[in-house]
Amino acid sequence: MKKFNLVLAASVMAFALAGCTAAETVEDTVNDVVDDVVDEIKDEVEDVADEVKDEVDEVVDQIVDDPAVKSEGVMTYADYVAAAVDDEIVIECYVQATQSWWDNKISVYAADADGAYFIYEMECSEEDAAKLVEGTKIKVTGFRAEWAGEVEVASGATFEFEDGCYVAEVKDVTEFVGTEELVNYINQKVCFADMTVKAVSYKNDQPGDDIYVTLTKDDTDVEFCLEYYLNGSDEEFYNLVGSLEEGATVDVECFLYWYNGADGHLTAVTVK
Amino acid sequence: MMKYIKDAFRTIKKKAVAALLLVSVGAAFLTGCHGSKEMADFTVPDSFDTTKPIEIVFWAKNDTNARQTAIYEKAVEDFEALYPNVTVTIRLYNDYGKIYNDVITNIATGTTPNICITYPDHIATYLTSENQVLCLDDIMYDEKYGLGGSELKYEGPSRADMIDKYLNEGRIGEHYYALPYMRSTEALYINKTYVEKLGYDVPDVVTWDYIWEVSEAAMKKDADDNFVINGQNVMIPFIYKSTDNMMIQMLRQQNAGYSTASGEVLLFNDNTREILEEISKHSATKAFSTFKISSYPANFLNAGQCIFAVDSTAGSTWMGPDAPLSDICSDDIISGIEVVVRPIPQFDVSNPVMISQGPSICVFNKADPQEVLASWMFAQFLLTDEVQIAYAETEGYIPVTSKAQNNAEYTDYLSRSGEDNDTYYSIKIETTRLLLNNIDNTFVTPVFNGSASVRDAAGQLIEKTVTSTRRKQAIDDAYFDELYDSIESLYRLDQIEGGGRDGAVDLGPLPTGAKALLITIAVVWCGIIIYVGRDYFSKRKKTGNR
Repeated sequence: MKKFNLVLAASVMAFALAGCTAAETVEDTVNDVVDDVVDEIKDEVEDVADEVKDEVDEVVDQIVDDPAVKSEGVMTYADYVAAAVDDEIVIECYVQATQSWWDNKISVYAADADGAYFIYEMECSEEDAAKLVEGTKIKVTGFRAEWAGEVEVASGATFEFEDGCYVAEVKDVTEFVGTEELVNYINQKVCFADMTVKAVSYKNDQPGDDIYVTLTKDDTDVEFCLEYYLNGSDEEFYNLVGSLEEGATVDVECFLYWYNGADGHLTAVTVK
Repeated sequence: MMKYIKDAFRTIKKKAVAALLLVSVGAAFLTGCHGSKEMADFTVPDSFDTTKPIEIVFWAKNDTNARQTAIYEKAVEDFEALYPNVTVTIRLYNDYGKIYNDVITNIATGTTPNICITYPDHIATYLTSENQVLCLDDIMYDEKYGLGGSELKYEGPSRADMIDKYLNEGRIGEHYYALPYMRSTEALYINKTYVEKLGYDVPDVVTWDYIWEVSEAAMKKDADDNFVINGQNVMIPFIYKSTDNMMIQMLRQQNAGYSTASGEVLLFNDNTREILEEISKHSATKAFSTFKISSYPANFLNAGQCIFAVDSTAGSTWMGPDAPLSDICSDDIISGIEVVVRPIPQFDVSNPVMISQGPSICVFNKADPQEVLASWMFAQFLLTDEVQIAYAETEGYIPVTSKAQNNAEYTDYLSRSGEDNDTYYSIKIETTRLLLNNIDNTFVTPVFNGSASVRDAAGQLIEKTVTSTRRKQAIDDAYFDELYDSIESLYRLDQIEGGGRDGAVDLGPLPTGAKALLITIAVVWCGIIIYVGRDYFSKRKKTGNR
């Protein structure tokens, strides 16, 4: 359509000019207009080529960057889990979410094809923090730690960006409530279906900080937390969680954080 | 001569008025440049206006203890009943650091609360903004509204009822900027059952050597790689909650350097290095760990995975298998272990030394003196017996007034230790008694702008040493040299300038505007003096001619 308009404009101009100028002038004008049209078509073709290239690159990335495949010198998820506390670790993973950046530190929920990681207070500039969006691939060097049962990369880890993108699927772990298998999903993004709200309380007894939520399934309690630094700024979500009523049935999604037992950091709640 | 000076002053007055006017305009202009952060000096109003609606905001700190929240709320309710034109809004925190950060942020925007719970170390930083924090020197002694004042509608403590030691902890430089609210110290919570199982007794006051020896003895494992002492695969015999306090108290017990009152940092000394070397030895065996590395000592203690836990007396309701508060699953709590309380480990058992800590109350200055007066009256209300006793009973705190400490209701409370595992929880009351018996053995560190950073640095030296040891780094002289340099740089301790108790708090370099104003004033005064001098000599000459 754009090209058609250009040609039409050129033709009209050529005819208009023809009526009042000499033949040479008309020829020059037509040549100019044709040049413009050719340039425009070239630009169009280049744009299309760029788009195609981007799409091809993305497909290639997906083929080449298998989240289960690690670069040389990088641990597999199994190696990471098997490492002892205070061992040095090098992992490749994909950001799934971050807590708020503060004082050149950021805590990251990350995953690869085999499992998930919680990277506590990773060293990070504010500028880089803005780039740690969902799916971003990073290589992290640090030390393995455990804090109140949570398996994590200790404070002070460093990272570098890598090419690649991966968002882990949410896994339904409802069937593992009250079993020892639940911990196998530690730090992963998981969901629990048809849970009953048992208790909701604000840290410090008033809104403005974390919200603690206890849900039950077949008389087994599971603890959850709306972690303020993860999604406290989402007012609608904060209000929804804060107003959950005892006895309500809910589906929830969370990162399966651990604090002396499962303590999921909520990311979504559906009241049924 | 005096008459002459008066005359001369009259002569120059007209010219000087013009000059001073210029200076005043300049001053106003330059003050404006300095920002709206500055506040006029507060003067106690003649009377409190009970008709005008006043809203005050109180940032309160609790220890994740719902009873404390309820006490704050009741205090507000009772105060509002006495002063119906005053509305108090509470914002609750459970972390001093967060209050500190929020106050700093709000000083910049002129939106500080009216009152907050805080540490004197933090107030020293607030004081870098002029007139933000209410100086209590005058108001405290005001006949009508001061401590025990005649116009107060409640029976607050008089100046004589305030325990001097605690009141003086709110003195920064030459002035009072904080009222004490509650006082606590640290206590050593001991799993006596396991200590005796290891073949040791529990003395009344334990030494550091004793702690290290018993802790190492508890590290023995069986053929299944479980710890012999508890049959579990987890055992951290000694966990310290606040490593800041650990370093500060270990240094103080040895009369070693930490900081001076004027802000000189003495932390990086040979005693510190010896302490770190000892800590490193026991970190290598994993007989010692910290809250930051391993989590809350109470959780390990109650699960039979820790023998010595040092934490605040204000955390006593979490300590012991029968503690009213707990963070771990009841199935994980080992019942049947006996937990006893002792002072923190000492180098010299005949001269025990421990830190004095706990919340203080800070009142912020505001443009409306009535609002400030209402804030001050509410702050004082928190010192009434009713609030003091109720709050002290929530944890191992002691009231800060002799009036409350001697109140029959409070002494009755202390006498009922162990009657239940709630209000009269024995470990809580034991920690309270521990502090009451050791008030004279407590100390505080010097307060100056930057003292909060020195405290952080003290703790970080331990945290870094433990972490590095666990990660099998070489802990030698080169390590400590580098550690000292990095910690000093991280906390900018080399940039702290003198201040503190013996002089004005360091407010940093003067702003350019202020410098220009001072120079202008100096120039004008020089002009005045020159004029006066010339006029004087000129008149003397004329008189001589008679």
